[in-house]
Amino acid sequence: MRFLKSMVGRKVVMAVSGLVMLLFVIAHLLGNTTIFAGSDSLNSYAEKLHDLALLIWTYRPIMIAAVFLHVFFGIQLTAENYKAKPDSYAIRKSLNSTFAGRSMIWTGVLLGVFIIYHLLQFTFQVTDPAISADRNFDVFGRPDVFHMVVRTFRRSAVALVYIGSMIALAFHLSHGIQSFIQTLGLNNEKTLPFFQKYGTLVAVIISAGFISIPVVILAGILKG
Amino acid sequence: MNLTLYIWRQKGPDETGKMERHDARDVSRDMSFLEMLDVVNEGLVKNGKEPVAFDHDCREGICGMCSLVVNGVPHGRKEKTTVCQLHMRHFKDGDAIYIEPWRARAFPVIKDLIVDRSAMERIMYSGGYISVHTGGVPDGNAVLISKEDAETAMDAAECIGCGACIAACPNGSAMLFTAAKVSHLATLPQGRIEAAVRVCAMTEAMAGQGFGNCSNHYECEAVCPKGISVKFIAKLNREFMRAAFIKWKRERND
Ligand code: HEM
Ligand code: FES
Repeated sequence: MRFLKSMVGRKVVMAVSGLVMLLFVIAHLLGNTTIFAGSDSLNSYAEKLHDLALLIWTYRPIMIAAVFLHVFFGIQLTAENYKAKPDSYAIRKSLNSTFAGRSMIWTGVLLGVFIIYHLLQFTFQVTDPAISADRNFDVFGRPDVFHMVVRTFRRSAVALVYIGSMIALAFHLSHGIQSFIQTLGLNNEKTLPFFQKYGTLVAVIISAGFISIPVVILAGILKG
Repeated sequence: MNLTLYIWRQKGPDETGKMERHDARDVSRDMSFLEMLDVVNEGLVKNGKEPVAFDHDCREGICGMCSLVVNGVPHGRKEKTTVCQLHMRHFKDGDAIYIEPWRARAFPVIKDLIVDRSAMERIMYSGGYISVHTGGVPDGNAVLISKEDAETAMDAAECIGCGACIAACPNGSAMLFTAAKVSHLATLPQGRIEAAVRVCAMTEAMAGQGFGNCSNHYECEAVCPKGISVKFIAKLNREFMRAAFIKWKRERND
């Protein structure tokens, strides 16, 4: 496949897989907000989601493919870019590039590690089997996801890992959103500043949304 | 005014270079940056030392030969200005100025501040042209072109091929240069015909010459002496996807 060897082709794969993950992240955040309405709300949401087997088994392979392609090409492109710039300047002044843009590989790797930890914690539930939702049920006999989440985030070290990772996500997306729009050729000189500004705003909103969950639990507002 | 210069000195392609201190005395505000270097060089020659080698030709901002990184910015910090058109009035007495060559793997240093930019030439050989057949000169307006298209093509064609975009890019990518050439030709009816073949060939040549990939940092646009917009990179991306689609359709029909 020549497309997957070319510069632009691989960037298009990065952009599309990034967009797929972005859409997932938004849907995931909206679903998670049910936690604010309490135990009944989150547990019934989780149960309904698991009943939709067709949905789950369609998006899971798509997500696995997206993560795999994104990580693979992200590392490959970055390695090539380092090779293309072997010597640094004695003095270097950045004019347009941002810290977020220049650290994509590091925020990306952090997110990759986070995704593994997060899946072990809440999908496979192996980090603390005693509070696993597969073993603890609420009064309606549903897996007690609410209890599991609240118990997990009450440990401040775990909450901090999540908060830190979501800050990394904010950085990754603040460059990533405007970047995928440019890569997919959807820009001109008028739209670019718009997407840069609102891309960052969307990134911060998503990140703040996720962060609010461990914060509210740590602050003792949500109890379980 | 008096200035302290720190200049990259490197005897040849395989030598290791280093920053060397030179003092520039009684520099006039009206000199251009290159004239200031000329004066420094005259002093070096008078003292029996090797003058600083740097590229230049027209000295009026149109040929794209001058290529100095001044205080960390290709062509210096004045916007949309080649370094030959940068004047000393933008500096003040006592300033320290760092002068370095374009840096990228695809641009090996030949000597001091001169780098070999023929890799850009080789991107052009791969498709930066319109195949023409010899014959009579066509009438001026035989092919009608809308004003909009003519202006877009002109905006892209302003590129003088100096390579500042590559020098500024954290990835050493030639994306803005290549995008300007691809867009300039693809916007005009004569160039449209080969657009798909051209965009594939030129991006492949760019990778083959050791340039990096575009990460959409837009450092290139900020240093371009002609203000070429990164919207042309978006256009290159569109042209590439279009070419891939055409190829896929063709292969399916075969
Ligand atoms: C799993 C680990 C991840 C790694 C290793 C990673 C790595 C990268 C790298 C290196 C880039 C820049 C590529 C370049 O310089 O051209 C990038 C771009 C991007 N990433 Fe990630 N990333 C990861 C996770 C994510 C996640 C979870 C999302 C979304 C929620 C995401 C969304 C994006 C987007 C939208 C882009 C812009 C694509 C473009 O440049 O066109 N990434 N990623
Ligand atoms: S010397 Fe010709 S553009 Fe500067």
